[in-house]
Amino acid sequence: MSWVPHTDADRAAMLAVIGVDSTDALFEAIPPEARLQSWNVPPGLSEMRVRALLGELAARNDTGRVSFLGGGYYDHYIPAAVDALQGRSEFYTAYTPYQPECSQGTLQAIYEYQSVICRLTDMDFANASLYDGGTAVFEAATMAARVTGRRRVVCHPSLSPTWRAMLDTHTAHLDFEVIDGDDPAGAACVIAQNPSFLGDVVDFEPLAARCREAGALFVLSVYPVSLGLIKTPGEMGADIAVAEGQSLGLPLGFGGPYLGILATRKAHVRKMPGRIAGVTGDAQGRRGFVLTLQAREQHIRRAKATSNICTNQALCALRALIHLCLLGKEGLREVAVACHSKAEYLKSKLAFARVLNEHPTFNEFVVRLPRDAREVVARLRGVGYHAGLPLACVGRGEANDLLIAVTEKRTRAELDAFVAALEEVACS
Amino acid sequence: MEPKRLRYTKDHEWVGRDGDTYVVGITDYAQEQLGDVTYVELPEVGRRVAAEEETAVVESVKAASDVFAPVAGTVASVNEALETQPELVNQDPYGEGWFFKLRDVKAADVEGLMDATDYNAFLATLEE
Amino acid sequence: MQLIFEKSVPGRRAVRFDALDVPEAGLPETLRRREAAALPEAAEIDVVRHFTHLSKRNFGIDSHFYPLGSCTMKYNPKVAEVVAALPGFAQLHPRLANAPEYEDAVQGAYALIYGLEALLAEIGGMRAASIQPIAGAHGELTGALLMAAYHRDRGNAHKDTVLVPDSAHGTNPASAVIAGFHVVEVPSCAKGFVDFEAMKAALGDHVAGVMLTCPNTHGMFEPEVREIARIAHEKDALLYYDGANLNAIVGQCRPGDLGFDVMHFNLHKTFATPHGGGGPGSGPVGVGERLLPYLPGPRVVKREDRYTLDTPEKSIGRVAAFFGNFLIAVRAYAYLRYYGGDGLRGMSRDAVLNANYVQARLEKAYQPAFDGRCMHECVFTGARQAEKGVRAMDIAKALLDRGFHAPTVYFPLTVKECLMIEPTETESKETLDAFCDAMLEIASLVDRDPDALHAAPVTTPVGRLDEVKAAKDLDCACR
Repeated sequence: MSWVPHTDADRAAMLAVIGVDSTDALFEAIPPEARLQSWNVPPGLSEMRVRALLGELAARNDTGRVSFLGGGYYDHYIPAAVDALQGRSEFYTAYTPYQPECSQGTLQAIYEYQSVICRLTDMDFANASLYDGGTAVFEAATMAARVTGRRRVVCHPSLSPTWRAMLDTHTAHLDFEVIDGDDPAGAACVIAQNPSFLGDVVDFEPLAARCREAGALFVLSVYPVSLGLIKTPGEMGADIAVAEGQSLGLPLGFGGPYLGILATRKAHVRKMPGRIAGVTGDAQGRRGFVLTLQAREQHIRRAKATSNICTNQALCALRALIHLCLLGKEGLREVAVACHSKAEYLKSKLAFARVLNEHPTFNEFVVRLPRDAREVVARLRGVGYHAGLPLACVGRGEANDLLIAVTEKRTRAELDAFVAALEEVACS
Repeated sequence: MEPKRLRYTKDHEWVGRDGDTYVVGITDYAQEQLGDVTYVELPEVGRRVAAEEETAVVESVKAASDVFAPVAGTVASVNEALETQPELVNQDPYGEGWFFKLRDVKAADVEGLMDATDYNAFLATLEE
Repeated sequence: MQLIFEKSVPGRRAVRFDALDVPEAGLPETLRRREAAALPEAAEIDVVRHFTHLSKRNFGIDSHFYPLGSCTMKYNPKVAEVVAALPGFAQLHPRLANAPEYEDAVQGAYALIYGLEALLAEIGGMRAASIQPIAGAHGELTGALLMAAYHRDRGNAHKDTVLVPDSAHGTNPASAVIAGFHVVEVPSCAKGFVDFEAMKAALGDHVAGVMLTCPNTHGMFEPEVREIARIAHEKDALLYYDGANLNAIVGQCRPGDLGFDVMHFNLHKTFATPHGGGGPGSGPVGVGERLLPYLPGPRVVKREDRYTLDTPEKSIGRVAAFFGNFLIAVRAYAYLRYYGGDGLRGMSRDAVLNANYVQARLEKAYQPAFDGRCMHECVFTGARQAEKGVRAMDIAKALLDRGFHAPTVYFPLTVKECLMIEPTETESKETLDAFCDAMLEIASLVDRDPDALHAAPVTTPVGRLDEVKAAKDLDCACR
């Protein structure tokens, strides 16, 4: 085998030091009757064959269409330097920074990530990352329960049905009452999303105020790119901001790895789940970074920890940080303006369909087509488009409703051609 | 407080009388085990607690530990100085580093706890 | 080193975008943020230099031996990185999985998921596997939710407790609690195994499940594991296999054959997907017959020559939005096909060989925590050194100065001054010898020059950091 370094001579020398005759002797602790005789795992392949095999599988996926898919996950441009820097193996082959002196790269990056998230959301503290947007919603709900001592979680209709379903799965055996609505009375929190799953942009400041009066926390799930333009969770009075961070430089990757963002106010930091990096110094006064507030975490608090999370999405957080640094203050705003403007342009051309959103939208909206949306997307796939998400497929809206997202990657020419194709298919 | 005159639990809390109330803290042994205390979470004043109920939390860099009410009672006051100076728990565990005071305590409950001699004997068993 | 914010210069830009080719739209004032987020303003070269310099302040597997016990820090073959970056995987939109009309567009991804889940099930001796769980702890939670769903379905309302050995990872109890269970710790015996008599005594009718790590975190294979399975099943309790240490037994024996009902895999440990400085990982679950109907859904199934989705009858629902960390699954699939059946058996064989070699070379200088040979990791107690004033942490830091990452220290909590060393199979004899030489040299310094060890590390970008200050004067963001 070429992938482990030992030669037979190495093994023999090592066995002699150990004082046994064969490597089999090292497995004597396993009950003999449980030792595996044979199994159905195919023989290994050469590196060339592995590439060919995976290449064939990749080729059976269709990523070549002009896409209007969104629903919380967006096809944004990722600057080349993001991949180049993330590809440094000192980052991606490191473990969790348990020994801070030899992990300052990772730790400072986490600190900088926490900083950009706070700046983006106008919150005081962000953790080092959670798994994804859906688990961030769940973690925010349990955090709100810890802060308030209450067990009712209210899901605003704006919340993604996907994340709503994940919340049900994760809380199924906790003594929680998870309901839909917007009444904060007696609730640990109300969880809303902006823009909503259907694309509406709303000022949630009044709801946040109602939550405060009722002693509930207000949790706001946001689309990070939209914060290039839209009023922030901090400005709206949210107690916890969460987000799916995929739009910050992570490839779509058929669902992951993504990035769960969670940020909060100073008052609640000790109830916050997940790792957090902080500044300190060494004996010579040099600035350094460590993981801090670890006493909240599972490796110390075990059954009483704020969360069970251990491995998180550190490399994804690093990507998000690099991405935001490359976009910069003006670049993020430009991307947000481009997404919004192109979506508005497309919207204005769809006279043959009815836009259902009652509020302004950012880069995503719902149209009611003259015919079944699933039929429409099936036919548009044949002419080069992934036309959007038929809402009925995620249990929302009616059969003719289509959720359409536009990012900065779409050109005016693509939008014009899409309008023509959509009209032809939907109205014929 | 004078350690000799206090009562103790197996979870290393101490309790001592102070007028109408009973003061609760953690022992020198406990603070030594924890290391540098970085944070103390205190209960709400007015909360009723049962004996052995989790009433406060004390954290160091590498450990976190619940502080249990040694006896039943009502939280009369808490040591707010710990919020900004948690190190008082290390520096003066039987004095400035107290955690909270309880009222409505039955004196007999306190009498039922270990005295200093018993506690020291108990500590000796832990050293083994 | 400066923060990226301290290098920011107003007006500097890195990436340029297309000029807007449609009319600029506006949002009402009340919906707009008051001022632009204060992101760094830097040229591309500023950003590239900053992060390149940061990367040099890290140890990684590609640059350093990294014997962190329980973490399985093995070398990650580069071919897995290359295939995960293929546009057919990396650019695939997950919402394509939501509409059957898009099914043609994702057949390759479905084939991979189907193939990987089948391979994992075979490796675990399980009936099926799901790649939805996003990390190891998330896999544990999924497993605990599966156990809870099983008992709820059977009307076992009295089964509210999960047993966890005191040597287990903290994620075990933390995950069980989220699934609604009480947790009872079972002690270890002096030999480093779970105390079988205590386990038997604790295994009452109220027990819903037992979570075991095998080999356990002492690096020992649990000799009574089959007996524990038998008595657990007598009480209709389920047996959970924590896959943290699966690397020791892949192809040698299978959790399912040992009597486990449910398990999780750590693709980022056992199957060589890089750890990313703390993730992303991937924590698929495998289940035996009993838990099959409850698996997370939807699942990829094969109908004739096509792949499609189906949700098991009594599914616990979605634990992930789609298929978990799919691109990590791609890497693991590539790795499994690269190694193949024989390669995987060789992998565990050499992992155990390497750990025993290190133990044999170090056992005179450092006291093994338990008698006998170890499996994939060896655990020492630094108690002898601590008596002379040198703590496990001092030994760890001294190793950094000698160019090695430290072992895991102070875990498991059951061993005083614990030093837990997991070399993994990808390290050569030369590397192991160099590491052992360094460990022996450090042991000799305990008597000769303990202050040198207290002062370590001196070659890293910073010396020992003040963690108390970090926790007290919380500064976790540059605002």
